[in-house]
Amino acid sequence: MAIQLADRQDELAEFSQEQLDQVDELVQTNRGKPGALIPVLEEVQSVLGYLPVAVQVKVAQGLNIPIADVYGVVSFYSFFTMVPKGRHGIRVCVGTACYVKGAQRIFEKLSSTLNVDKGGCTEDRRFSLETVRCLGVCGIAPVIIVDEEAHGLLQAKTVEKILDQYE
Amino acid sequence: MARITIEGLQTIKERVNRENLLRIGEKHREAEKHSLDTTGSYRAHVLVCGGTGCKASHSEAIYDALTQEVKAKGLDKEIKVVETGCNGFCAAGPIMVVYPGGIFYQRIKAEDVPEIITEHMINGNPLERLMFRDPETEKIIPHMQDIPFFGKQKAIALKNRSLIDAEHIDEYIGNDGYRGAAKALKELTPEDVIEEVKKSGLRGRGGAGFPTGMKWTFAHKAKADTKFVLCNADEGDPGAFMDRSVLENDPHSVLEGMIIGGYAIGAHQGYIYCRAEYPLAIKRLTLAIEQAKEYGLLGDNILGSEYSLDIHVYQGAGAFVCGEETALMASIEGRRGMPRPRPPFPANQGLWDKPSVLNNVETYACVPQIIMQGGSWFASIGTERSKGTKVFALTGDVVNVGLVEVPMGTSVREIIFDIGGGIPDGKKIKAAQLGGPSGGCLPEHTLDTPIDFEEITKLGAIMGSGGLIVMDENSCMVDSARFFMEFCQEESCGKCTPCREGTKRMLEILTRICKGKGREGDIQLLEEMAPYVKDSALCGLGQTAPNPVMTTLRYFRNEYEEHIFERKCHAGTCTAMVTYGIDPETCIGCGLCAKKCPQQCITGEKKKPHVIDTEACIKCGVCMESCKFDAVKYV
Repeated sequence: MAIQLADRQDELAEFSQEQLDQVDELVQTNRGKPGALIPVLEEVQSVLGYLPVAVQVKVAQGLNIPIADVYGVVSFYSFFTMVPKGRHGIRVCVGTACYVKGAQRIFEKLSSTLNVDKGGCTEDRRFSLETVRCLGVCGIAPVIIVDEEAHGLLQAKTVEKILDQYE
Repeated sequence: MARITIEGLQTIKERVNRENLLRIGEKHREAEKHSLDTTGSYRAHVLVCGGTGCKASHSEAIYDALTQEVKAKGLDKEIKVVETGCNGFCAAGPIMVVYPGGIFYQRIKAEDVPEIITEHMINGNPLERLMFRDPETEKIIPHMQDIPFFGKQKAIALKNRSLIDAEHIDEYIGNDGYRGAAKALKELTPEDVIEEVKKSGLRGRGGAGFPTGMKWTFAHKAKADTKFVLCNADEGDPGAFMDRSVLENDPHSVLEGMIIGGYAIGAHQGYIYCRAEYPLAIKRLTLAIEQAKEYGLLGDNILGSEYSLDIHVYQGAGAFVCGEETALMASIEGRRGMPRPRPPFPANQGLWDKPSVLNNVETYACVPQIIMQGGSWFASIGTERSKGTKVFALTGDVVNVGLVEVPMGTSVREIIFDIGGGIPDGKKIKAAQLGGPSGGCLPEHTLDTPIDFEEITKLGAIMGSGGLIVMDENSCMVDSARFFMEFCQEESCGKCTPCREGTKRMLEILTRICKGKGREGDIQLLEEMAPYVKDSALCGLGQTAPNPVMTTLRYFRNEYEEHIFERKCHAGTCTAMVTYGIDPETCIGCGLCAKKCPQQCITGEKKKPHVIDTEACIKCGVCMESCKFDAVKYV
């Protein structure tokens, strides 16, 4: 049976009317444009923070394309997420240079300190933890990025101090 | 700003040249000799590196401090402060270069700024304490061009690095920018352009090394109402940041390359597909496109010619496989980025089924100079079959981490030891990893191989896009093969069975070997599977995924055997096989490790060597991390 937006209204409950209006506008202005789906989803995610199924249905209906296509794209690209994010996003670089310099230990330390797995979010929604493939700042490996700020030349014992800087 | 013509381009160039005489290449020295009229221009230029690496070590604060201090001292009419793109010598960041002279300052902090201004700018005494020192002789090397890191390099794709402000188009024009495009549009036919590129011997810098001129010929000959010129800036190789640097440093060189390429094949629409993880590169590209449009260097009738081209930036959404051309095009069309079988080749049926040419960032960055200086100039650099230069992102266990551009034919050893400064902490090199997850690990004895597409392939690696990761004697080759296989497995799009299933099974085997559960016959199984995956996968990702396993098996087979038969990982990377112990000679009995140990399995009297109970140890490594005397060792 097809997914109905009506059955999933509760997934939209946490967003404000203003946010949802913004999404509608984004979708409307891009309706019918070839290749618009990915840029639209990128912008919708930047407005809402993540893309629950109900939002994907909204986008699909608005752009007049099958929901399967939208879900197919959301689940394919690592940039898109279907789970909510914490107030601060931690991204641990696991590119080769960071790997050589011990990124795995940094990740394990963060994961055990925050008690979350890769892709997860702490219960108080303070931090979400992700890994990324090479941020291109290999000169200061190993690196993590919290929100937009890069912290380099890390050691497992110094990561807790960095977390303290973010409320 | 208004649209400009070729004469306008020349006027801007002359004006900027006068202003920037101090720093543009060799010209500043001539200016000193002939004391050209530079009245009204600044007496000094301070260039702060604003690449992502230096920004991460707070170069923005330095830039702010500089502008404030210059203003406070009333020098803002005399000294020009410029933020440039990535300098390349990331290990020394944050970096500042001062002209005249090209004095190189490294690892500066915002607090150093007042002293630099007072001592260097006012009193005329460059600050020795912030200069580069030769690591062996401790001798101070004040000038950037004399530092060994820059010595063996030759900049073509990176010619404007650490030299111009990437956010101002005039600075680019000042250093011969858009002259290649002007020449192509005014003096050459599309066929001439292609001929020149063919003569240059330029091959694709994205990895496979396909001759660019040939690719352009196919698209040029294809008949269609619409064609596309595309740029691949989806640099996904872990440990590679060449394209990011070019885009941040010199976005206009890529646009200019695309104008020339677009003119050659007859495309009027262009896309640059850039990773979302590179926000600075996207910002600078977008800005560059706006500025180029205002000058009429993009849009309708470029430089007053008949040729028109629009370029858009398309932000990728994080899928390594989108570096593959057909997948990239599918992604621009708004679909899952999955490759399709070829033929039809993109040159005939690419984006939206129209003839399309896709080239890498670095490839485009070379094109303007090929047109300006001629194909035979470019072909005079390099080896017989690999012409020009190649940019490498040199990282890992090497002293001078950074971005280097060397002529083809330079040996891997020269890059690592002469430019890179060797291995830190007096350790020995074990391998050089070339070409990322599609490449291979080259052992010490092969390092004299020259950088050349064919020579590198012979060794089982690939040139790749230019990641060069150095691994010292403490690296585990089995685990590095596992790391790359995990990467390929996660990034496999799942369309074809050999890649989807093959990488998964190979990863399972590698993982169990690293966990100390390797079985007899595992090596043979890997050797049997690797060629199957290589030969039958649909696209480059799957076809090259077994390379790291095959090269490590070829050169480091003994490590696999140790893991499987002796259950030992001498590098200490595979923790399941590691046992921690305390060296009684080094341990002073401070008790810190015992206090930190979550299992409380470290015991010993105060001020006497401690002991780990290996039965209870969970191998978390906290003791090793906390010991201030490096007494905890792998045994």
